[in-house]
Amino acid sequence: MAAVLNSVKSFGGNSMSVNGGPDFMDAPVTTGTSIMAVEFDGGVVIGADSRTTSGSYIANRVTDKLTPVHDRIFCCRSGSAADTQAIADIVSYHTSFHSIEVGEPPLVRTAANLFKDLCYRHREDLTAGIIVAGWDKRKGGQVYSVPLGGMLVRQAVAIGGSGSTYVYGYVDSHFKEGMTKEECFQFCANTLALAMFRDGSSGGVIRLAAINEDGIERKVITGDDIPKFWEG
Amino acid sequence: MNELFHLPTKRSNMATVNSAYAEPSLGGFSFENCKRNAYMETKGIKMPTARKTGTTIAGIIFKDGVILGADTRATEDTIVADKNCSKIHYIAPNIYCCGAGTAADTEMTTQMISSNLELHRLSTGREGRVCTANRMLKQFLFRYQGYISAALVLGGVDYTGPHLYTVHPHGSTDKLPYVSMGSGSLAAMATFEDRFKPDMELEEAKKLVRDAIAAGIFNDLGSGSNVDLCVITKGKVDYIRPHEIANEKGVRQGNYKYKRGTTAVLTKSVRSLPIDIETTVTGEAMDTS
Repeated sequence: MAAVLNSVKSFGGNSMSVNGGPDFMDAPVTTGTSIMAVEFDGGVVIGADSRTTSGSYIANRVTDKLTPVHDRIFCCRSGSAADTQAIADIVSYHTSFHSIEVGEPPLVRTAANLFKDLCYRHREDLTAGIIVAGWDKRKGGQVYSVPLGGMLVRQAVAIGGSGSTYVYGYVDSHFKEGMTKEECFQFCANTLALAMFRDGSSGGVIRLAAINEDGIERKVITGDDIPKFWEG
Repeated sequence: MNELFHLPTKRSNMATVNSAYAEPSLGGFSFENCKRNAYMETKGIKMPTARKTGTTIAGIIFKDGVILGADTRATEDTIVADKNCSKIHYIAPNIYCCGAGTAADTEMTTQMISSNLELHRLSTGREGRVCTANRMLKQFLFRYQGYISAALVLGGVDYTGPHLYTVHPHGSTDKLPYVSMGSGSLAAMATFEDRFKPDMELEEAKKLVRDAIAAGIFNDLGSGSNVDLCVITKGKVDYIRPHEIANEKGVRQGNYKYKRGTTAVLTKSVRSLPIDIETTVTGEAMDTS
């Protein structure tokens, strides 16, 4: 579905798009991305970078990829911006409706299944890698991963997006069960900082959010406050 | 699931979402003319290219509301098809939308959403919101998976305050304090990134948008001619077209015409041509009863 970028050489020698104007004008808008979510006792911490690219142009450098789907359920979006926004809107509608039908807040597993249903049924047409995370009364904090093909799996920690490939090692070595909320914040910030440093399609600011029974706590880490590691 | 969101079957496309209001009929593409077109191509008659608005469009949020700006050049490949086209489209009394991409697509899309928003206004009895227009646009464009080439800057002031959105052809939207789209968007964005401040005054904000569009006009081949502005504040819209005529047509400095009498007339002879005009009345006399 995601249209491949066409470029046509023209008089200037610059690569012009089919529509006239530089390449990036035609490229589909993607959230290049680094996203992650971690469970802790009593809730979850989710995090994302803030870069949306259209080819090599950064269409939005302060994107919010942590999208609420219900009061205590969020999703982290990666892949095509249009696809993930449309899917999140549809799931948001269905969880609201479902929650009225059953008379109580929806389970995180329900929202995750709604994502999975859409992503699997339309797997040929969609480019969407989504992490669903939230808190519900029955099972507390939960993180579910719904990657490209429409699989659904619950994990204690999940990473996604183009930047995630660079931080599998860091996550595997530094994650431990039983972290506190503050430790989770720091762990997420570090992971995302490393991913953003190495991945060209990730960058901007680090957005974090903690979801627990009492509500949502959002944080933004900008500029010099982003954790630094060996920079050569 | 239910009918409001038409969840598609295996065969139909993910992109189908039902809307409650009037819309171009879902009859599918009519292939009637394809054979004729193919024949014409073999004869060397080419299809006319789509008219695009090369374009620089931009918008900012300032202290009292939103300012939208646009250039006025419409291109067909490398020819300027229209030197003074209007790219800031009416959506609602309090909402306007700049359009880049294929001119027909932006025109029809904005007109359709404007029409549906008016129906929505009548049925709810309230002033329309910018977020509603945004939703309608993104759901419409997503359904067509990017084939409707409309990149829009949507801005307006509603009960909840001033809002500015950018809508991409595939259906993704971003809500930001300053945006630019079109082939001249980089030039305009460079201007914004340098000089934008939150809560600017009206004159400073107008100057900034004018400068951003001018950057596009003078540095991008796909944009040119004049700068149009639209200032939207609570209860008032100032549609300034043109705000500035940045490219005056040159005045011809000299004339190659010779004055009457330059060539002396020596002799003059007049001969009339023999032309016979024959009128024949064919068919019945006009029925005036």
